Amino acid sequence: MAIRATHELHKRRFSRNLGVGLALAAFIAVMFGLTVAKVSNTGPIQGFDHVVRPELVPADGTAAQ
Amino acid sequence: MTDATIIEAREGEARFGDYVALLKPRVMSLVVFTALAGLLVAPASIHPMIGFSAILFIAIGAGASGALNMWWDADIDAVMRRTSKRPVPAGRVGADEALAIGIALSGMSVVMLALATNLVAAGLLAFTIFFYAVIYTMWLKRWTPQNIVIGGAAGAFPPVIGWAAATGSVSVEAWLMFALIFMWTPPHFWALALFMKSDYDDAGVPMLTVTHGRKATRAHILIYTAILAPAALALGLTSIGGPVYLAVAILMNGWMLIGAARIWRRDEAVAETDKYAVEKSFFRFSLYYLFAHFAALLADAALRSGGIV
Repeated sequence: MAIRATHELHKRRFSRNLGVGLALAAFIAVMFGLTVAKVSNTGPIQGFDHVVRPELVPADGTAAQ
Repeated sequence: MTDATIIEAREGEARFGDYVALLKPRVMSLVVFTALAGLLVAPASIHPMIGFSAILFIAIGAGASGALNMWWDADIDAVMRRTSKRPVPAGRVGADEALAIGIALSGMSVVMLALATNLVAAGLLAFTIFFYAVIYTMWLKRWTPQNIVIGGAAGAFPPVIGWAAATGSVSVEAWLMFALIFMWTPPHFWALALFMKSDYDDAGVPMLTVTHGRKATRAHILIYTAILAPAALALGLTSIGGPVYLAVAILMNGWMLIGAARIWRRDEAVAETDKYAVEKSFFRFSLYYLFAHFAALLADAALRSGGIV
């Protein structure tokens, strides 16, 4: 049987494939929104790389070299 | 075997809508509404996105238990007129597919609810799915005429889960919302069983109408409605109740009791003559009853947040 780019099967299952695709896209959107909400709810966030973290600086001002 | 045989068109192949139908969207709408009410009336603020996600995952969990129910009950669904066109008995979705979707969505919804909110809410959702799919569907439904009473607990959990998602715990208000749905379920479904009689009889499901007769079912509707009324009114006396809820509860429980008494006084001969008009109107009213109670709770919550009461 010759392989065709668009088989009759593709037409038949179009609604199912589209629905699953949209459901997955919606899930990604929810995950993204949830992540933003969770992260922004935890207070100020420090950049941990290449940034001075004030709590690690000794109180007497003699910071480690 | 050639690939032509593998991909041959099946009679009535599943469309996306069939997979949606597997999740019982009509039941899901009630779950969404009651869970949302539980979440919004709870004395805690929740980020809108987290609240939305919580409701979504509760709904998906409820849908997953619906898919598991359709997988297990495909044999009796095929016999009953009301359910014979469901995707599995109609042959559009395989039973194995329904099982896979049910298990996958159950796991996903519980894990996601735990991540989005807290372990109490996720644990309650997991228990609800287990209760509906295993305790009710696999065990009680075909074994005892009290199936509706105990199975109703599964439908009563969503507002408790919504409450737990917002607060991280459960309290007397949450359990009274549970009691409202739990006590409402038996009269609602027994009224349905009275006028859809051939369905449950044919499927051999031990509904009260089959095992104890219609007269006993009519008495049960009245008894459960009489127990439902104080549970509904008690909710109005808690911190989430208010003037709107109390007014709705007094009016609707009075009307519900009158309807239940009318059903109790009738016999089959009278019911046959008017084609079960009283039973059908009681069933319809019971749908509005539940909606109105939770809508009233939301209205009182809005009045409180607006500082009006």
